[in-house]
Amino acid sequence: MIEPNRKGEVWLFAEQEDGHLSDTSLELCGKARELADTLGVKVGAVLVGWNVRELSYLLIAHGVDNVYYVHDTRLEYYRTQPYARAACQLIARDKPQIVLYGATPIGRDLAPRIASEIRAGLTADCTDLQIGDYTDPKTKKEYCHLLHQIRPAFGGNIIATIVNHDRWPQMATVREGVMRMGEGDPSRSGQILEEKIEFNDFDMAIKLIERHREARKVNLKAARIIVAGGGAVGSKANFKLIHDLAGVLGAAVGASRAAIDSGFIGKEHQVGQTGTTVRPALYIACGISGAIQHRAGMEESAKIVAINWDKDAPIFGVAHYGIVGDINKIIPMMIKSIRERG
Amino acid sequence: MGFDTIVCVKQVPDTGNITGDAMKPDGTVNRAALPAIFNPEDLHALEAALDLRDRFGGTVTAVTMGPGGACEVLRECLYRGADRVILISDRRAAASDTLATSYILSQAVRKIGRYDLVFCGRQAIDGDTAQVGPQMAEKLGIPQITYYEKLVDLSGQTIRVRRNVGNGWEILEGRLPILVTVVDTANKPRPPAAKRVMRFKRARSVGEVGGQVGKDMPQASDAQKQAQAARLFEAVRAAGMVIEQWDLDDIKADLTWCGMAGSPTKVHRVQSIVLTKEGFTSVPPTAEGVAKMVHELIVDHTLG
Ligand SMILES: Cc1cc2nc3c(=O)[nH]c(=O)nc-3n(C[C@H](O)[C@H](O)[C@H](O)COP(=O)(O)OP(=O)(O)OC[C@H]3O[C@@H](n4cnc5c(N)ncnc54)[C@H](O)[C@@H]3O)c2cc1C
Repeated sequence: MIEPNRKGEVWLFAEQEDGHLSDTSLELCGKARELADTLGVKVGAVLVGWNVRELSYLLIAHGVDNVYYVHDTRLEYYRTQPYARAACQLIARDKPQIVLYGATPIGRDLAPRIASEIRAGLTADCTDLQIGDYTDPKTKKEYCHLLHQIRPAFGGNIIATIVNHDRWPQMATVREGVMRMGEGDPSRSGQILEEKIEFNDFDMAIKLIERHREARKVNLKAARIIVAGGGAVGSKANFKLIHDLAGVLGAAVGASRAAIDSGFIGKEHQVGQTGTTVRPALYIACGISGAIQHRAGMEESAKIVAINWDKDAPIFGVAHYGIVGDINKIIPMMIKSIRERG
Repeated sequence: MGFDTIVCVKQVPDTGNITGDAMKPDGTVNRAALPAIFNPEDLHALEAALDLRDRFGGTVTAVTMGPGGACEVLRECLYRGADRVILISDRRAAASDTLATSYILSQAVRKIGRYDLVFCGRQAIDGDTAQVGPQMAEKLGIPQITYYEKLVDLSGQTIRVRRNVGNGWEILEGRLPILVTVVDTANKPRPPAAKRVMRFKRARSVGEVGGQVGKDMPQASDAQKQAQAARLFEAVRAAGMVIEQWDLDDIKADLTWCGMAGSPTKVHRVQSIVLTKEGFTSVPPTAEGVAKMVHELIVDHTLG
């Protein structure tokens, strides 16, 4: 168990695969920087892999002060145990006060293993992090400058703020795409500290036999404009309407789960709590009711246009422009007026 | 040969069907107003274990931690084919976070003793954390393979599993014992078997028998109730219908690791989601209305 260390750094786990940092790692850099500035401490990143030293510069450009670089030929591909061993040893040595992970398949596999080993708390899938105070309701004891770990729970119907005041580090996995990725400043400076970790046979117990990666075909997160279709589109053929509108706008195509479950379009297009979280400049929701799980993935968009024939549909609660009408009539009107303006 | 597996299952509120009265005025969830269901991905974990037993022989033991009502999911396990079911129930386990829960479940697994595999669902729909499986594996000192999608090979003590990592898949190899978390694309859970439902619908835990006696004999003395409960439970045992029930002492749990004391994370605040009805620009559903909106979006540089 690790006691609170108020001088500890704010750390993040820098996730990389095949020599590429995940977007989430860079999003975490910005958030960690903000938290560390509030606390007056440095930002550290744990970078594990083989031959990926140059990624340190990208981390530093995005706000990291110290990169703890653990490299070993056996660490080329992610495996739970050796990665956890490396992180646990560094955490036990340096006692950071906060450690953040992306809520990615890797982060969600790794972070709990680490939390269990060091007996620290871990909050899953946070959508916001802030520094704040906490009064224990029983003892009335006050704790200042704790990490407020904010996350939706109960299928997105409530928002809970979690704290961890006695067993540190304060750890959280952070949902992909919700923290803003900064521009990065190549002139920032920082240190790269090379770390040697001893591994035992048990750490290497799991062997990677075969590995297959698909390039993400749809990159919803990078899209400036997203046109999303819902259950109302009615059929795979009619989804052409959504593709056409996206086409004239140079937009990516998103969808609600109802559209995906009905087979109108692939799962990789899903926006929402169990899909991708997006924050484009413009989100056009076509025939989407605006269920809470869908809104969780898009309500941060800069502008939202909603088209729905039910004037009471919840999607209008987050919309900037609302059109009460039939998508089959409205979308062609939009395509026409965009072409004319074009 | 054959493999002995343990499946961890959870009874959860059906968060997919939350209605108005499920939220209390203070913004907390009224669990009692929500139907309780078998956590969906745990059904896939159970199926993976049953499938393994069908192919290689062995046993399937289902474990759950929860209040007495969680016996419902254990009966569901029996209906689908589990050989043995165990309820871990103890007031002192209340308010456990994922770390404390994983400790308690790992102590239960230790008490069961012999096992080759532990299966968990990837995550439960009431918390969506996916943390209990990996934390249990660490506590048991065994490797974990998360996001199990397919058994590739199992021979001797060596297992090969294909796991789904979102943007692809990989095949991992390890030696038993091992803990696996299962995703919903892994299999199609079998429905309850009618014969087993007929047989096991009377399966009961000690707590359930005691509760029933209390209801049936409200006037009786405690001694009478105890005697009646003991008699009835003996009949349940004789019929092979026991849902075993263990408390924290039975699994030799260190209480400083359980419940509130064993949970580093504390809930500071809970807010229910309220729709922000700030109002929006209402666009008439006409060609002119749409054109005007498109124009505005161009002017403010959202488009183009
Ligand atoms: C644990 C959990 C996780 C979930 N995760 C997600 C998620 O990540 N993403 C997600 O999207 N959902 C998710 N859901 C599902 C979510 O609750 C809703 O069921 C889903 O978003 C509904 O999609 P929809 O609004 O497109 O469909 P519907 O509910 O079918 O709504 C269709 C809407 O279109 C309107 N409409 C119909 N015809 C027309 C027409 N011709 N013109 C105009 N309007 C029309 C209707 O008024 C209605 O409002 C999740 C659910 C659960 C329980």
